[in-house]
Amino acid sequence: MSTRLSTGGRLIDRTKPMSYTFNGKRMKGFAGDTLASALLAGGQMMMGRSFKYHRPRGVVASGAEEPNALVGLGQGAAFEPNQRATTTELFDGLSATSQNHWPSLEFDVGAINNRLARFFPAGFYYKTFMFPRVAWKKLYEPIVRQSAGLGAVPKERDGDTYEHFYGFFDLVVVGGGISGLIAARAAGRAGLRVLLMEQTAHWGGRAPVDAAADGATVNDAPVDKLVEEIVADLATMPNVTTRLRMMAAGVYDHGYVLGYERLTDHAPEAPGPRHRLWRIRAGQIVTATGAIERPLSFAGNDIPGVMLASATRDYIVNYGVSPGDRVVVVTNNDDAYRTAIAVKKAGLDVPIIVDARAAGGGALAQAARDLGIRVENGRAIAKVHGKKQVEGVSICAQAGEGGVLEEIACDAVAMSGGWSPVVHLWSHCGGKLTWDEAQAHFRPDVHNSPKGDAGETFVTPAGAANGAMQLGDVIADAGEMAGRAIAALGGTVRAEPVTASAPDEVPMQPVWLMPQGAGPKLRMKAWLDYQNDVKVSDVQLAAREGYESVEHTKRYTTLGMATDQGKLSNINGLAILSDALGQPIPQTGTTTFRPPYTPISMGAIAGTARGAAFQPLRRTPMHSWHEENNAHWEPVGQWRRPYCYPRTGESHAEAVSREINQTRSSVGLLDASTLGKIIVKGPDAGRFLDMLYTNMMSTLKPGKCRYGLMCSENGFLIDDGVVARLDEETFLCHTTTGGAESIHAHMEEWLQTEWWDWKVYTANVTEQWAQIAVVGPKARAVLQTLSDDDLSAETLPFMAWKEVTLAGIKARVFRISFSGELSFEVAVPAGQGMALWLALLDAGAEHGIMPYGTEALHVMRAEKGFIMIGDETDGTVIPQDLNLHWALSKKKDDYLGKRAQQRSHMADPNRWKLVGLETLDGSVLPDGAYAVAEGVNENGQKRTQGRVTSTYHSPTLNRGIAMGLVLHGPDRMGEVLEFPGTDGTVSKARIVDPVFYDKDGEKQNV
Amino acid sequence: MSEPQSALTGTTCDGIAKIREVGLQGMITLRGDLSATEIASAIADATGCALPALREITHEGRNSVSWMSPDEVMVFVPYDEAEATAAKLESALTQVHALVVNVSDARAMFELEGPNAREVLGKLCPVDLSPDSFGQGIIRRTRLAQVPAAFWMTSDASFRVVCFRSVAQYVFDTLKIAAQPGSEVGLYTQANG
Repeated sequence: MSTRLSTGGRLIDRTKPMSYTFNGKRMKGFAGDTLASALLAGGQMMMGRSFKYHRPRGVVASGAEEPNALVGLGQGAAFEPNQRATTTELFDGLSATSQNHWPSLEFDVGAINNRLARFFPAGFYYKTFMFPRVAWKKLYEPIVRQSAGLGAVPKERDGDTYEHFYGFFDLVVVGGGISGLIAARAAGRAGLRVLLMEQTAHWGGRAPVDAAADGATVNDAPVDKLVEEIVADLATMPNVTTRLRMMAAGVYDHGYVLGYERLTDHAPEAPGPRHRLWRIRAGQIVTATGAIERPLSFAGNDIPGVMLASATRDYIVNYGVSPGDRVVVVTNNDDAYRTAIAVKKAGLDVPIIVDARAAGGGALAQAARDLGIRVENGRAIAKVHGKKQVEGVSICAQAGEGGVLEEIACDAVAMSGGWSPVVHLWSHCGGKLTWDEAQAHFRPDVHNSPKGDAGETFVTPAGAANGAMQLGDVIADAGEMAGRAIAALGGTVRAEPVTASAPDEVPMQPVWLMPQGAGPKLRMKAWLDYQNDVKVSDVQLAAREGYESVEHTKRYTTLGMATDQGKLSNINGLAILSDALGQPIPQTGTTTFRPPYTPISMGAIAGTARGAAFQPLRRTPMHSWHEENNAHWEPVGQWRRPYCYPRTGESHAEAVSREINQTRSSVGLLDASTLGKIIVKGPDAGRFLDMLYTNMMSTLKPGKCRYGLMCSENGFLIDDGVVARLDEETFLCHTTTGGAESIHAHMEEWLQTEWWDWKVYTANVTEQWAQIAVVGPKARAVLQTLSDDDLSAETLPFMAWKEVTLAGIKARVFRISFSGELSFEVAVPAGQGMALWLALLDAGAEHGIMPYGTEALHVMRAEKGFIMIGDETDGTVIPQDLNLHWALSKKKDDYLGKRAQQRSHMADPNRWKLVGLETLDGSVLPDGAYAVAEGVNENGQKRTQGRVTSTYHSPTLNRGIAMGLVLHGPDRMGEVLEFPGTDGTVSKARIVDPVFYDKDGEKQNV
Repeated sequence: MSEPQSALTGTTCDGIAKIREVGLQGMITLRGDLSATEIASAIADATGCALPALREITHEGRNSVSWMSPDEVMVFVPYDEAEATAAKLESALTQVHALVVNVSDARAMFELEGPNAREVLGKLCPVDLSPDSFGQGIIRRTRLAQVPAAFWMTSDASFRVVCFRSVAQYVFDTLKIAAQPGSEVGLYTQANG
């Protein structure tokens, strides 16, 4: 059983005890513990259940690569599932719960899956849930969903805050181990702007732990001293920024790095954001990301108590935690001997070191023997005994099939299958790998590095991440590789004599299966991927079933697809696959490494974009009034516009009817501030607008307004609006609300790329003006009470504009109408919009003035047969379809879209054309409904002959009205069409003139 | 006549930097051939400011002129002088092709003040705000979270931030989150010593 040792633990502070809970049970730890080390110290070896078979699982690693020890952390608004206990720093009051079991961690009903394991082979889901087809929806999917996933979904909104930060550095060094520290110091001394980040809470990485076991020194001093010295050096350099608890999540094109800084995970009471996502531009990136130890594949290698040798050593040296009283070490390399030495030095027993190599180890093996440890070469573990805890191992010959030579009782197994450089960041942006035969791992191929836009290398691996595995090599490589990155930035490196003294190691020997001739029964219990429960037998089955690509095998077996992304399992898995396919490992290759390196929080990705700041919400100058007066909002792009203003007890439909009736009978107000307003000025402005609009604008007189249509160069109608000529050289173009920015960009694009020599300047002044439409028979009367200027039809006729003073505010009044009523659109500087709005409400009170919303606007324009961009148009409609021939100038040689509109399909007389539609029973046609024709098409569907583009209840006519595009529509007045609805009913509507109200336009022209 | 209102009528907030909506500010868009001597002299006559070069802002008294694009500058004058200044610029430029338009109401302006002001902006704008790269005399048009914005420094520890009026509340809310207590990054303050 694991427990706390009475001494030791370089990272913990025994004077600062902390208490926390695991599954509700109160437990103790020390400051500096990780949750994993504290759980082990408390004798809690089993930390979760596996995903598929619900097998008991204990912690296997001590860092970011941990696949098993995933917990739900925190409660309520701070709850987060699938957190690695190995990277969770302990704090007072931490609360953790284990996952994927019911009813409890100790007794789990789902563990029945383990008994049935031979019925759940690779590709089980694909094979089982195919037939019968109907069972998927009703039976399989609900069951799979019920049992899928490890952690629980948080039930509350995340209570923390998050942010981004944009960082700019010459050199970003990833990893705060010996290599990263050396690289950062060299770059700092070269005067570069440097960021050094380390994902854990401590500098130095593995080297100090290893030195504690083997007595290695650097410059004749302990390794710890070198770490302290460099950290102190860096602190004096103003050009160097160092960050702990910050992980490089990904490397992207152009030296872009995502840094994930965990600010308060270890101190949740601290103020400020929980995580900060650094969006970094780096001139050069050094990946000093170290290496990860590989497990060995033997039967029972997932039983709690079986750990990586390096993790076993970490728990003893860093946290003063014993993984067990009797620790069997099994290895194919010299490094694991350090673990045996550390175990022994801690006063615990190592009954045997099982070395798979026939010739055994070197100096470290001798050191272990000198401590009295029994070492057996050419041996293997045939099987681990125990269920929820290791009880012993069976020893066999590595060369054989598992015939047991000896049984050894133990409560922990430390395994090492060799080391794999962490090549993830190197690979994210295209760095290639090379297979290192001697060390049996993939390491960066520095000749095939990630390249920038000029073909230059921008990522450089250093130290263990570059395949340098022994201390002396690591230090030499870090200096060499950092020098390359610094030179690429134009810096110079001062030679730093650093000499390491560490025991020599003899070569490792690849061992992908233990023993090498293990039969099916053993292979079925030899785990590759702990988190997704993939075994050696699964990968071999996939190969037998024809899976040759490592990417396909990954998806078929789910190897490496869990939240740990196969940090422990990938190399072992592809080695087994290579063996099964009878090909060398490099030919099989690796799966693709993709960001993030470990999962990052969704909150960090969102940053400040949540709650009120989730999205920009554009407000008009009168927004607060609308809000206070119960506006029901309609999103229009990022604007919010009042849809209607319901009064107490009123439905939206009733409110819309009231607003229309008031406006048509007396006077109403519309906040039209969102309409686009673009100034177009210059000697060529008229010529420019003649090209932009389909009709003639250059002939417009100053003081007058003209409605115009704009088409794309492909002929499709993209925008409409009223143009006012302000003076000889200056026009004001009104666009739709949604078109303000895009039409301005459209103008600039033509001016900058095509007609760059035309003398025209534009300015988007949309937000300069508050615009209010005063609409209805009493509109003039209301305005006149606020002004001494003459607003009569004689001085301000229809389609004219004038500068006047209204309520003491200088205003432009445009006599234009989108409702068919007498209508004035009044523009004042935005800062005075609210004042005018209030003045108009006051002045109109005697006429019962009230605001109307966008729905009333829509209904009133439809009653008049006016088109709406986005309703009658959808990007495929041309003005001719809408019978707008009158707005297509015949005098002009050209305008944007003219040529396109002459193409055969555009000139086709069978294009559907705009008509009005009147239901026979007065009901409202369903929006978007199609009119059906005789017969069926080649797909067996009913033929269609038209569709509804706008449909409303008209309170003015007290019936449903609609517009639609219909085949030969204008020639078929009076015909009745059938519109099947989605509810099985069929609406019948008669083709009529789209102008339903005041056909002669007398009302607007008074 | 009613008093014009700025977008947020001077709202303020204190965090790791102070945020204040500055209130009314006269702004005039001027487009033209910036290499033409008429433009430079019209600007000098109307504001006393020198014509700014690429990504620069020049100041004279209460007036400023900032570069906006290769053929556009923004003229900043007190709000109640904007109309007259625009008219003055316009009349000085009758002989050249240019556009002068008073846009004083189209935008909102904020002041961001304090030793952490650089870092607050650095959380929202993809700009290198280290003292070596960004100081007084520079204007940067960029993205602030999800909206367009521009900013420049008025002292070693204060910025003016300009955005469109309709998103003033969004920009205020976003700056407020970025300036929340305890959110110091410690990058530029460290570099300042």
